[in-house]
Amino acid sequence: MNRKWIVLGTVVAVVLAFVAGVAVFTSRSNQDVKQAAQANSDALVRPHSPVFGNPAAKVTIVEFFDPSCETCRAFYPIVKRMVNASFGQVRLVVRYAPLHEGSDTAVKILEAARQQGKYWEALERALAAQPQWAAHHRPQPEMIWDLMGDIGLDMAKARADANGPAIDQLLRQDIADMQTLKVNRTPGFFVNGIPLRDFGEAQLKALVEQELRKAGSP
Amino acid sequence: MSTDRSSASHGDGSPATFWTPLFLAWLLALLATAGALFLGEVMGKAPCVLCWYQRIAMFPLVLVLGMGLFFSDARSVRYALPLACVGWGIAAYHLLVFWGVVSEGLVPCGKGSSCADADVQVAGMVPIPLLSLAAFTGILVALWMARRRARA
Repeated sequence: MNRKWIVLGTVVAVVLAFVAGVAVFTSRSNQDVKQAAQANSDALVRPHSPVFGNPAAKVTIVEFFDPSCETCRAFYPIVKRMVNASFGQVRLVVRYAPLHEGSDTAVKILEAARQQGKYWEALERALAAQPQWAAHHRPQPEMIWDLMGDIGLDMAKARADANGPAIDQLLRQDIADMQTLKVNRTPGFFVNGIPLRDFGEAQLKALVEQELRKAGSP
Repeated sequence: MSTDRSSASHGDGSPATFWTPLFLAWLLALLATAGALFLGEVMGKAPCVLCWYQRIAMFPLVLVLGMGLFFSDARSVRYALPLACVGWGIAAYHLLVFWGVVSEGLVPCGKGSSCADADVQVAGMVPIPLLSLAAFTGILVALWMARRRARA
């Protein structure tokens, strides 16, 4: 009987130590990410990034985005709705975190479409067909070109732009900023510079609400 | 008293002396399991293929040895030994891969993290496969002691 209590007591002790470890580790890494965001606020928004919504909005959602990421795909309509429902008080800044194989190519194609003013059309097409071109074992980002056949792009120019130095530079900057800001999962959200650490739709909405209140809007 | 009954059934009149080494083996497995889960789930280090095979050998040891302890059943050693041996072998191989003695080309590391990556370290100095090998070695020694005492 006594020995059974030793076993149970050990299990309880190890579980408690584990939980305490989780608490210490999470609070420390949250602190790290918060400090990284505060110390490098210039790395959050770059003038080259796509913006959705009112450019002068009081609340800025920065999303580190990977076109191949399923969760980014699921969050796209959610964030779009939040911006649209805010009456110009919330804007979205898209940054790239190409963590999957082939994502860099996908980003380059989307940015080439942006140079011709067709970014959001291209992005929505690419996300809608994501399961076809972004299978993780065999990504085929080149398929996005075919999806964009009828949105009115000058394809020859777009293909040249996609491999050009401007887009390459933009992607490098985003990857550098992603590392500076310690973003290692996508989507990585920052609302007015505050990292969303407890991930989820409700948590993102709550953080945006909080920033709207801080900005003094109804 | 269940303790006396099961030890008597293994030809030993004295109270089960195998219990202490069995407990040590279980404790090592429990700590290793908690550590692996912490590294993987909390610190977010994705386990490589070889790490997964070691986990497959380590995690059941907690349950098998735990049941053995709970019912003072020395036969649990018999069921735990093959798991611990396989785990020890994979950990030793992983360490050779990590140190570059064996080339990683031979390892089925496809997508996901590399088994020879420097990221496979705790606090930047102790390689995780070395910790794993130490844990499996300790478990094997403790199990061997438990077996000897159960037979005595």
